[in-house]
Amino acid sequence: MKLLLGVGAGDDAGAALEAVVSRAREADDDLTVAVYAGDGADRDVETVKRRVRDHLDDLRFGARVEQVDGDPGSQLVELAETGDYDRLVIPGGTRSPMGKIRLSDAAEFVLLNARSSVTLLR
Amino acid sequence: MTQFPDDTAGEFPPPPREFTDREDRSVTVRTADEDDYEALVGMYLDFHPEDRAQGIPPSREDGIRDWLDAVTGPECPTVVAVVDGDIVGHAMLVPDQDGAYELAIFVLQAYQSAGIGTELVRTLLGLAQQEGLVRVWLTVERWNDAAVRLYHSVGFETTEESGLELEMGIRLAA
Repeated sequence: MKLLLGVGAGDDAGAALEAVVSRAREADDDLTVAVYAGDGADRDVETVKRRVRDHLDDLRFGARVEQVDGDPGSQLVELAETGDYDRLVIPGGTRSPMGKIRLSDAAEFVLLNARSSVTLLR
Repeated sequence: MTQFPDDTAGEFPPPPREFTDREDRSVTVRTADEDDYEALVGMYLDFHPEDRAQGIPPSREDGIRDWLDAVTGPECPTVVAVVDGDIVGHAMLVPDQDGAYELAIFVLQAYQSAGIGTELVRTLLGLAQQEGLVRVWLTVERWNDAAVRLYHSVGFETTEESGLELEMGIRLAA
């Protein structure tokens, strides 16, 4: 299966990578990681990209790492369609101090607009 | 960063308070303390799944206890609504990283739509005012009309509405 994992600068990219890579290894999935800024600045994306590459090296798992510019939700959906991906995987949001789940704008857009299956990581 | 209205809201009544709800039940709203903990666990075990919002309250008892540990305590102003000795509603404020407080409120299904929620929120804001808190915010699912109306009627203003949830805020008078 062709997987596209989207991670923003504000997401816990490490946890998302570990969750996806362990499944991808078992299922022999082909993985691309798309990195975007979200609320962050461009330099944040560079940092996240570098961390993702290092983390993939540590996990000894080969995957493409791409940068997504502009509005992350719509760009992820576009990338998933044009790249013929079977599944889009995105972090499932953060928790408020009260413990309420808060979806990112990108996650909301992907859930409402993706044509592929979507996995929300919790 | 959470936004807040520029204008302050009026005065809110502090706990304890007694009133008769629209179903003619005698209700006490009072400050909660640690002795209420097990009764709160019991209330959340009875909580109706369709009244859960944004992942809380958790449904399993261990989850309920972990969550209550995180959202109760001396730094979290809390009030409960009591009918015939049983806790039927719970409202609390949890501090965020910016010196503001997130509000949430829960009322057992059999006690909803009788005015208890409104009085819980008003009394909690009275307690907050007494403790000198100024900025209070909450999020609510867009389609939860009853809750949105309640918060508006108490004085909350919508501060962010780009997603599936509304964010609302209130600035309390010092």
